[in-house]
Amino acid sequence: MSVTLTESAAKRVQTFLAKRGGIGLRVAVKTSGCSGMAYALEFADAADKDDLHFESHGVTLLIDPKSLPYINGTELDFVREGLNEGFKFNNPNVKNECGCGESFAV
Amino acid sequence: MALLQIAEPGLSAAPHQHRLAVGIDLGTTNSLVASVFSGETAVIRDHGGNALLPSVVRYLDPETEAIVGDAAKACQSDDPHNTLSSIKRLMGRDLRDVSNISDMPYAFVDATGMVSIKTRAGIKTPVEVSAEILRTLRLRAEAALGGSLVGAVITVPAYFDDAQRQATKDAAQLAGLTVLRLLNEPTAAAVAYGLDTASEGIFAIFDLGGGTFDISILKLSRGVFEVLATNGDAALGGDDFDQRIYEWILTATSLATPSPQDARRLLTLARSAKEALSTTTTTPITATLSDQRSICLTLSREKFDELCADLVARTLKPTRKALRDASLTVDDIKGVVLVGGSTRMLSIRSAVAEFFKQPPLTDLDPDQVVAIGAAMQANVLAGNRKGDEWLLLDVCPLSLGLETMGGLVEKIIPRNSPIPTARAQEFTTFKDGQTAMSVHVLQGERELVSDCRSLGRFDLRGIPPMVAGAAHIRVTFQIDADGLLSVSAREQSSGIEATVAIKPSYGLADNQIAQMLEDAYSGAEADMQMRMLRENQVEGRRLIDATEAALAEDGEKFLSPPERAAIAQHMHLLADIIETGGDDTIKSLKAACDALNQATQEFAGRRMDASVKNALAGQRLDDITAPNPVTA
Repeated sequence: MSVTLTESAAKRVQTFLAKRGGIGLRVAVKTSGCSGMAYALEFADAADKDDLHFESHGVTLLIDPKSLPYINGTELDFVREGLNEGFKFNNPNVKNECGCGESFAV
Repeated sequence: MALLQIAEPGLSAAPHQHRLAVGIDLGTTNSLVASVFSGETAVIRDHGGNALLPSVVRYLDPETEAIVGDAAKACQSDDPHNTLSSIKRLMGRDLRDVSNISDMPYAFVDATGMVSIKTRAGIKTPVEVSAEILRTLRLRAEAALGGSLVGAVITVPAYFDDAQRQATKDAAQLAGLTVLRLLNEPTAAAVAYGLDTASEGIFAIFDLGGGTFDISILKLSRGVFEVLATNGDAALGGDDFDQRIYEWILTATSLATPSPQDARRLLTLARSAKEALSTTTTTPITATLSDQRSICLTLSREKFDELCADLVARTLKPTRKALRDASLTVDDIKGVVLVGGSTRMLSIRSAVAEFFKQPPLTDLDPDQVVAIGAAMQANVLAGNRKGDEWLLLDVCPLSLGLETMGGLVEKIIPRNSPIPTARAQEFTTFKDGQTAMSVHVLQGERELVSDCRSLGRFDLRGIPPMVAGAAHIRVTFQIDADGLLSVSAREQSSGIEATVAIKPSYGLADNQIAQMLEDAYSGAEADMQMRMLRENQVEGRRLIDATEAALAEDGEKFLSPPERAAIAQHMHLLADIIETGGDDTIKSLKAACDALNQATQEFAGRRMDASVKNALAGQRLDDITAPNPVTA
């Protein structure tokens, strides 16, 4: 069971965290998308006691145990697409995505 | 996948919500509702796990809500006058249109347009009764999906005429549903089987429901399908098979005229016997009538087939006719889809298999297949799928646009746009102080108004007087799913609006459309030339108007008589070229416009200086150098 960051993603997150403070990055799944689920990516100021901790390239990822099955094995990348840049989930569990790409189904 | 940004704790934006849309099969005997959720299409069941909602409505009294479905169906025998079933047969019909009406134990009231029924709760139209069914399905769907619906796709037999379709739409509206589209039942079935994406070829959709029989021949190629022919019998369905068994029971028990209660009870028994015979070879029919007589009969599958042989044969006649209309033979048919609960009857299945020389497709539940297809379509129409996966069902055959200055057509909706669609574009006034604008709606591919088909025109009046080009007039073209075009024009600053509704495909046959397209291709080069000419002419006229206005205002002030004469000469030259017309004048038109521009440059410069001086007069330097943003 794990979730990882690519090097470029880790660098980016570290830059953000250095500026803002915080103990790590929280990755979660919400069940409210148009195709079932949606990702949530937040700075973490504190860990919940149930949180699972993963280390990747020096960044701590906090994931609640309910979200983990949906994103187990996911690699989080930081990419540039045209004028846009942001984080991209390479999630092996995804079976279906909605057109806008905001949500997915497993 | 969209790219994500990191949010502050607890502040991740919720993605836009799934737009809840359903497909509804509003059937004669049973109705269903289905929806796409989490990428899967499924019928929505009630609390008891039933997918089918019997299309039966029982009215109690004016104060109490009507009972719909199984509970109403159970009372059919006891309360036949107030328990309404097979109401779809009456949709948009008047009394004499309906067959077997004497067998319906209702108190009919013939009103103009549509028959109505007198019940304990007052006189009810078929639209109101259907609305009760639709409302029940809507509530069921909203409870299951957890939110209010954006809209619904409701299926109708291919045979339904305008009055029947309108009645169905009215019923939906009454039930609080937004109709995304009315979809033909065979089309929905084809969509459900994925024929639109998975296969190419010609398919037959054999739909024997409770009250109607439809045969449709569809040609499918790369996601687009075309209805080659439809045929059917608007008064043939499972009910007729029930009727046969019912009549057989009456004969076998020598019961001449049963009471309404007994008639209902026996019909219910007949229906159960029919359904049983799809799985067993014989079935018992037992009942105790209101006069305490008891009935005890046994119906065998052979006897049933014999009773209904002519009904089965009646399905094949329209089938043959549909094939003939499409100029096809049985060998051209790649597959046959069975739709409707009545196609569970073995006699029907074997007749279809024998006729088409192949076993029909029966993977999906024939009761659910139409609702599932409608749900898939609803999901697309509600905007829950990627644009490139858009299911192309209906397109507007020719471009739609409006007339602009110079007799040119500005296209707003290009041809082959999937409908429903809406497009808007902004236009402005041509003359100073123009207070009205005529919107001339046109259809066709050509560049000139005279080569296109006029659909209608309307005027937008009350535009506040402004200089030419200052008004913002937004013209919106909207085509709804039923092909109805509405055009509205709105002046943005004052909010005045005018609208017209048009049926664009009205009176245009396929070959006329083809001819219009061909003309557009062959005339493309000439059209381009003509457009350039007209555009330059319009530009020239605009220039002349503007120069005249400027001369009238400031000509005396800034120009010496010789200067004025020079400008006037250029104006006359340009006006002459515009007047002459002719394709070869484009170049000289451009040259004359440039020359006039050149000649008025000095004049324009002086006017500009004067107005700047005016603007600055009486102001302190501080006011001017203050950081006032310069607007373009």
